[in-house]
Formats: sequence, structure tokens, C-alpha cells
Amino acid sequence: MAELQFREALRDAMTEEMVRDENVFLMGEEVAEYDGAYKVSQGMLDQFGPKRVIDTPISENGFSGMGIGAAMMGLRPIVEFMTWNFTFVAFDQIISNAAKMRYMSGGQLKVPIVFRGGNGAAGQLAATHNNSTEAFYTNVPGLKVIAPSNPDDAKGLLKSAIRDDDPVLFMESEVMFGMKGEVSDEEDYLLPIGKARIAREGDDITLVAHSKSYWLAMEAAEELAKQGYEATVIDPRTLRPFDTEAVIDSVKQTNRLVIVDECSPYGGIASEVAFRIQSQCFDHLDAPIARVTAKDTPAPYAKNLIEAWMPTVDEVIDASKKALYVN
Amino acid sequence: MADETKNPPRKRAAKKAAPKKTSASNGKAASPQTVPDAADFRMYTEGGHTHESLGLEKDELLEMYRSMMLQRRFEERAAQMYGRQKISGFLHLYIGQEAVSTGTIHALEPTDPIITAYRDHGLGLARGMTANESMAELFGKIDGSSRGKGGSMHFFDVEHHFYGGHGIVGGQIPLAVGLGFAGKYKGTGAVAVGFFGDGAINQGAFHEAANLAALYEIPVLLVCENNGYAMGTSVDRSVSQPDLYKQAYGYNMTGALVDGMDVFTVYHAMRELAKQAREENKPALVEIRTYRYRGHSMSDPQKYRTKEEMEAKKNEDPIIKLKAYLIDHKLADNAQLDAIDDEVKAEVNASVEFAENSPYPPLETMYEDVYVQEDYPFIV
Ligand SMILES: Cc1ncc(C[n+]2csc(CCOP(=O)(O)OP(=O)(O)O)c2C)c(N)n1
Ligand SMILES: [Mg+2]
Repeated sequence: MAELQFREALRDAMTEEMVRDENVFLMGEEVAEYDGAYKVSQGMLDQFGPKRVIDTPISENGFSGMGIGAAMMGLRPIVEFMTWNFTFVAFDQIISNAAKMRYMSGGQLKVPIVFRGGNGAAGQLAATHNNSTEAFYTNVPGLKVIAPSNPDDAKGLLKSAIRDDDPVLFMESEVMFGMKGEVSDEEDYLLPIGKARIAREGDDITLVAHSKSYWLAMEAAEELAKQGYEATVIDPRTLRPFDTEAVIDSVKQTNRLVIVDECSPYGGIASEVAFRIQSQCFDHLDAPIARVTAKDTPAPYAKNLIEAWMPTVDEVIDASKKALYVN
Repeated sequence: MADETKNPPRKRAAKKAAPKKTSASNGKAASPQTVPDAADFRMYTEGGHTHESLGLEKDELLEMYRSMMLQRRFEERAAQMYGRQKISGFLHLYIGQEAVSTGTIHALEPTDPIITAYRDHGLGLARGMTANESMAELFGKIDGSSRGKGGSMHFFDVEHHFYGGHGIVGGQIPLAVGLGFAGKYKGTGAVAVGFFGDGAINQGAFHEAANLAALYEIPVLLVCENNGYAMGTSVDRSVSQPDLYKQAYGYNMTGALVDGMDVFTVYHAMRELAKQAREENKPALVEIRTYRYRGHSMSDPQKYRTKEEMEAKKNEDPIIKLKAYLIDHKLADNAQLDAIDDEVKAEVNASVEFAENSPYPPLETMYEDVYVQEDYPFIV
């Protein structure tokens, strides 16, 4: 095991895959000469040269589509977005083309492409720059969506994503790039897409949370433990496909579920998970499923407002206690 | 068509001449010659304007100087406050580009709508936003121009016809065309001016907007503030046609190149182009070459440019240039200009105090301004 920053784990994954397969290349804004807006691709231009590490203009629609076209020809592009906020400019390419090409061509074509970059709120960036985009994209059949919470998962899942023959959307977080964690040094470390990770086991309540929210859930679980309630924490890691079984198995034991999700509440990830659980193990639930999400407004700038807007540990604890019927 | 009287019949550029046949004396087949259409390019790069030649009175010159100083001092203080963590998020400074905002604002009617990207403090202040409401917005306080909701990237002052600061690169360019469209539709005679960066010209939004502006003959100026870089990417590394004004050709509209380090030149160019847009419904793509003295935002190591380049550009400081002009032409002496500087500093200092003392927005304001409906059923 080596201790790596999140950004280093991502870089290692890309680098290993680029060494392994000539068809893999990286493109995006500032990925080459600037060493990456968030230094994820630092040094990769030196290692692979400008043919395979490509700076693009600020043309998300254009270079996303170009990546998809290249993938249709058998290349395996990794397209970095400075953040997922800017993918709205490329929405059409991702949804109309990447997601649907295999289907519309009756299986003649595949689009083995990875779109990746920081997702979700990252401080006082206001409404245009604080979007949690996962629910928009999980809504689209044909796409896979991954949102890891730690460097180890980031590495293993990004490598799998690059090898996947379908378009994979890989969502990181600007505020987690510097986070350190142990990363497997297994050669060719691949994690399966669509498998949740049980991060903590407890009998009283199940918490489901991905990406940054996972850390809120873990903190809440520690606090709940001090108060005598043991939580199971499940990090789904992949949002589409979603490992429903893992949550069902846990809820069958705990009978209570809280979902933490930074998306807006209306039709967010939490809504989907709650639907599946209530429909598939209704009889095992001892309390209504609760969720903790961003507030139902655009993201405000002011410090106090954005803090109140984001899901918090306290809100997770409160929601859990409500589900546990304690105060 | 009711409009026919107001709008002169559409003039299309002369049809492309058929390729001339050359006599192939060497016996090879003649290859078609390129015969370029007459392009409407205007060069505003010479300078040499005087206040007399531009018809600018002393008072207006001092007002321009004051405005440029206010923009500069305001942002210097904002940078300091960022260092003290009074301001957070992204803070993009306009320092070095003040001749663009100031020259343009003075060339326009105060009711001409303007819109820009996230590097918006300069234009906002030039258009009449107060230092107080601006600093309070940066501090995220309730007395800020957007009640603390927008922050640095999203300044708005609709009362002064400033339609904002916009965070998504290129997103405001089609809006500029819409602002101009509305003016024409309502017959207000207003010219809309949409600012964007050199990086933004690579967005599809620019190209669609430019075509719409020319196609519908909309009174709008699309102003590309070319400060040489989009973050760490220089223009020649990102644009296939790095003479950005030439992109006007593809949309059959006027393309203008303007020296943006000279406030007189900007004023002159924008006055002429705004007149053309206003009177003839002729949009233009205006490339104003300028330079940002600071990093892209507050966390930019700036390895993509050299010290020499920065030093050279600092010698072109538009504020120093105007100051020298005022003194050389005996329009003001040092003492007078220092007094303006002191006034501006006091105004900026007061704005910091104002922002400090302004309360944080009450929590319930989070749910305000999302919809007009006051009892909208939010999910809570
Ligand atoms: C669609 C989109 N992509 C990327 C970004 C991130 N970004 C913010 S500013 C910027 C550079 C823009 O440069 P330019 O247009 O030249 O304006 P300048 O910053 O020089 O004023 C980038 C890439 C964004 N805000 N929006
Ligand atoms: Mg620029």
C-alpha cells in the first residue's frame, strides 16, 4: 500500500492505462502545458508527449464530440472537464451521441470513452459553479456513472472505466484532490464497476453516501456510535449501475435507511435509492427512509448560506436519529 | 413589413466573384485563384488621439481617470481581503484592462445594456455600481449588489443597465444578442455590448450568437477582450485564427481591432462602432487587445508567461498613460490627480468597512429570488 493523494491516484490510473494501451489518450483544458487545472495530469505531457496529452480550447461541446468520434473509430479517449459544471455546454454530445450510439447503431458501434473531472459543490463558488451533476447523467440509459470517495477506489475504478467499452462518466471533487489515502499497489489494480463498498458495519441503521458525502456519513456514524447507535455505511461508488443488493442486504439487518446525497433533492440520487428500497424491501423497514441533500435552491455565494445549503454532519445525525426514533 | 421603413433593405455583401481563369502558360491545368471578398475590417491601433479630436471635455477626462483609479484601487483592496479570507471562491481581477471598460462606458449611452463574463468588477464599477455594494457582494453580505448570492463572478446592476457577470465561459454572448434584439424590437435605439474573453471565442455559443446577430441585423457589439490568455493558454495555442477580429468575416459583419491599453482609442473605436450599430443595425465583432496584470484568479502560478513580457506590458499601463496625458496637456496637475487618488482610496476603504459591518444574509433569504411566487413549495 502506498499513501497517495486523490489526484495522484487518478494520475497513476491514467498513466498505467496509457502505458498499457496506445489507443488511450487524454485531452482537456489545461491538461498538458499547465499540468492540469488541478494538477491531476501533472507530468503526463512530459511522459507521453503532445500527441497523447492534448490541450484543448474552451470548447467543451467540440472536444467532447471529437472524443466520441474518435472512440467510434476505436480510440479510447479520456476527456477531462475542468469541472462537471462546464459539461452543460457538452450535454448534447454526451447524451445524444455518447449514450445512444451503441443502441442506435444496433450494436455496430461502441463508444469507449471516459469523461472525468471535479463534480459537486466546492465552496463559495455560487450558482453556476456548484452543481452536483450526477442525477442529470444517471437519468440517461447508455451511460455509466462513477463517483468514488477515496484514492484507492479512484484508482481501481478509473482503470476499469478506461477499459470499459461503454461511455463512463467519472466524477471527482475539487475539494478532494488533495485528500490522501492508502492505495493498493497491486499490479493492474482493477475494481469492478457497479459494486458498492461496505465501509463500516453496524446493526442499527444503514447510511448510503457517495463521493464527498461519504465522509459526512462516516463522521455521523462515529458520532452516532458515541451515542450508542451503530451504523452500517455503504459507499455505492458507482451510481449507474447501482448496487441495490448491497443496500437491501444491509437494510434487512438494520431496518432503517438514510441516504446522503449532495444533489438537489428533486429527483436526486437519494430519490432513486429510496424508491428501490421501499419497493424491494418494504416489509423490512421500521421507519420512513430519510435523505439529506443540498437545499432546493441554486447554490448561494455567501459563506453562511452555502454552509446551510450543503448537507452537514449534523443533518445526517438528526435524520438518523429520527429514523431511529430517538432525540 | 412594418419594419421596412425603419430598416434599410438588407445589404448582402457583394457576391463572390467567380474564380478567374488564368492562362496556364506552363501547360498545366489552371488552378482556381482565390478572390477574397472585400472584408470590412477596421483598425483602431494607431492612437494619437487628443481629447480635442475626440471632443472630450476636461471634466469627462477627469471622470475617466477617476473611474479607472476606482477600478484599480477597488481590486487591489479586494485582493488583500481575499488574502485575509474575507472573500472566498474565485476572484478574477481586471487590473490592466481598465481602459476597455472605461473607454467603452464613456462611448455608450448610459442606457445601452452591457453584459460580461466573471471578470466583471471593472465594468460594474465603470457603469456606476458603488464600491460599497460591490465590496459587500464580495464579502457575501446582505447589502451586496446581489444580496450576497452572486459573489465576484456574478455582479449585476440592472438599474445601470449592467446585465451581469456570468460564470460559464461564452454563456453571456447569446444573451448580448438578446439584449440587442429587445432594443430593436421595442425601438429603444439602444446598442447592446457583450464582452467576453479570448478563450470564449472558442465556444460554440460565440459562433451561433455572431451568426444570429448578423443574420437578424441586431444592434450589438460583440467585444472580445483579448488579454492574451485563457487561464494558462495563450491565444495562438488555442485559436486557429489568432487575429480574432477576422472571425467577423465568416459572419459577414464588421471586424475591428482596437488597442485596449489606450483609453482614447477604445473610446474612439467604440463610439464609431456603436453609432454604426445604432443607426444601421450593423453588429460588429470588436477585438480589443489588452493585458491582465494579475493571474487568472487568485491561485495562478503564471508559469505560462515571462517576467519580461509582464514588465513590458506594465510600461503600457493605461492609467499611467492617461495620467501622463492629463499632465502633459495641463488638464490637471499632480496635486489634483493625487487628490482624486486619495478620494478613491477613501471610498474603497469605506467600502471595506461597509462590507465588514453589513450582516450576513439571513438564512431565509436562501429561498428568496428563486421564483417570483412567494409561497413556492420548495422541498424542505
Ligand atoms: C464552459 C466553461 N469552461 C471552462 C470554464 C473554466 N474557466 C473559467 S475562466 C477560463 C478561461 C477563460 O479565458 P478568457 O475567455 O480568455 O477570459 P479571461 O479569463 O482572460 O478574462 C476557464 C477555462 C468555465 N468557467 N466555463
Ligand atoms: Mg483571456
